[in-house]
Amino acid sequence: MSAWLTQHRAALAAAFRRLWATPLNTLLSLLVIGIALTLPAFGYVALDNLRDLGRNASGVQQISLFMSLEASKKDVGEIESRLRQAANAKWRFVPKEEALKRMQASEGMAEIVASLPRNPLPDAFIIEPANTEPEALEILRKELAGWPKVAHVQLDSAWVKRFDAFLRLGKLALWLLAGLFGAGLVAVTFNTIRLQVMAQSAEIEVARMIGATDAFIRRPFYYFGALQGALGGLLAAALVLAALRLLAGPVGELAALYGGTFSLRPPGLVEIAGLAGLGAFLGWLGAQLSVSLSLRKLD
Amino acid sequence: MIEASNLTKRYPGGFEAVKDASFSIDAGQMVLITGHSGAGKTTLVKLISTIERPTSGSLVVNGQNLSALGRSAIPHVRRHFGLVFQDQKLLFDRNALNNVLLPLEIAGQPRREAIRRARAALDKVGLLAREKANPIALSGGEQQRLAIARAVVNRPNILIADEPTGNLDVESGMAILDIFADFHRVGVTVVVATHDQSWVERYHPNVLRLDHGRVVS
Repeated sequence: MSAWLTQHRAALAAAFRRLWATPLNTLLSLLVIGIALTLPAFGYVALDNLRDLGRNASGVQQISLFMSLEASKKDVGEIESRLRQAANAKWRFVPKEEALKRMQASEGMAEIVASLPRNPLPDAFIIEPANTEPEALEILRKELAGWPKVAHVQLDSAWVKRFDAFLRLGKLALWLLAGLFGAGLVAVTFNTIRLQVMAQSAEIEVARMIGATDAFIRRPFYYFGALQGALGGLLAAALVLAALRLLAGPVGELAALYGGTFSLRPPGLVEIAGLAGLGAFLGWLGAQLSVSLSLRKLD
Repeated sequence: MIEASNLTKRYPGGFEAVKDASFSIDAGQMVLITGHSGAGKTTLVKLISTIERPTSGSLVVNGQNLSALGRSAIPHVRRHFGLVFQDQKLLFDRNALNNVLLPLEIAGQPRREAIRRARAALDKVGLLAREKANPIALSGGEQQRLAIARAVVNRPNILIADEPTGNLDVESGMAILDIFADFHRVGVTVVVATHDQSWVERYHPNVLRLDHGRVVS
């Protein structure tokens, strides 16, 4: 156990030494890996923020329930009672008189409304469901439509569906991008390690002759690949944080123009650690493939 | 300690470098493998040190049949040998001390203990004062002594060398012979492939003579 630990410590130290020994190469490799990881990582953060924006946008995911014109106060009371039991939604009642007043207040509508023989508008409820997933909204809309004296239930589902489709498309594009850049990271590590194995072929040959196991020979390269990937991941996280900081001001101003407040949510510690871990894994994978192939050539 | 029975090594293409060789080397013996150029000395050394695998026959070293050894067991067997090559196979991106440290790193020795042992090995071959020197700055004789220090640092029970004085002048060669003799005196089994007759004259070792791959005496 102690020999095993000593060997791992030595391999890790050797990996650090190799990173440090060629600072320019290391910096360039880290930049390539960092940028490769930045694009999908930034995309992830952007989509995450967009999802939040979609959830928080007031008035977007509302359901309007219109009673039939002949509905009585009792019918309205029945709907109120049913809505009260449905605890997962906020709602408010809009009486037909209030709706008419609002219509009259609209520009150019006063005369038209005055010429009408009677109020053509129905009583209505504006419902804001807690679950705003498009499927859940559609199910609720159907349920509301089945209630007594309900003439029409309107869900702005087209917008919600479009937004959800956009997010799904974005997520798919993000996965493709992540796959592409992940493969790029593996390729960068593969090539770096291949060159290292070639440069150290004499040492590898001697080490094998005097009793080095395959694991002993591979270990420093694995550590190098994982370290390089992890550092690249941390660099990507730093770049994403910097970009979000730059965008924070303009995004806040834009939100203020629409009368709201919105601030970009930066990635948390867990997400940053995840990015470094992903970089380490991809770096290790590149090293694994490279060492296996290169050592086979040296056999 | 080393027992070969009908040992044969055939290379791809059909050339038989060692043919039907049978011999036995006891623990603590000093044995010279001699013969003309191309007699199979280097191949036999490589077979004993598991660098090459026999085509047929059996080769038992330290009680282990090397012919039947799995690939993963070979590195562990090699750690019991001290190997010295004619071209030394030193690493020129490491200094003398770090060259000697390599077998100890492979064995997973703690760093402090490894350095102590590596310095002791360098001292044994008279190179302690040059521990920080790059091997390229050492003379041919010093390089060979460094290779011996690396071979013995793990305290092997068999020291195997292939033409260790082949590239050296007479004086440096004699110094190398003396070092091998010193290890033999403390009980290490020494197996040396050489065509240098001064070994025989100086130490009267057991001789295994090869001719076209066959053991003739």
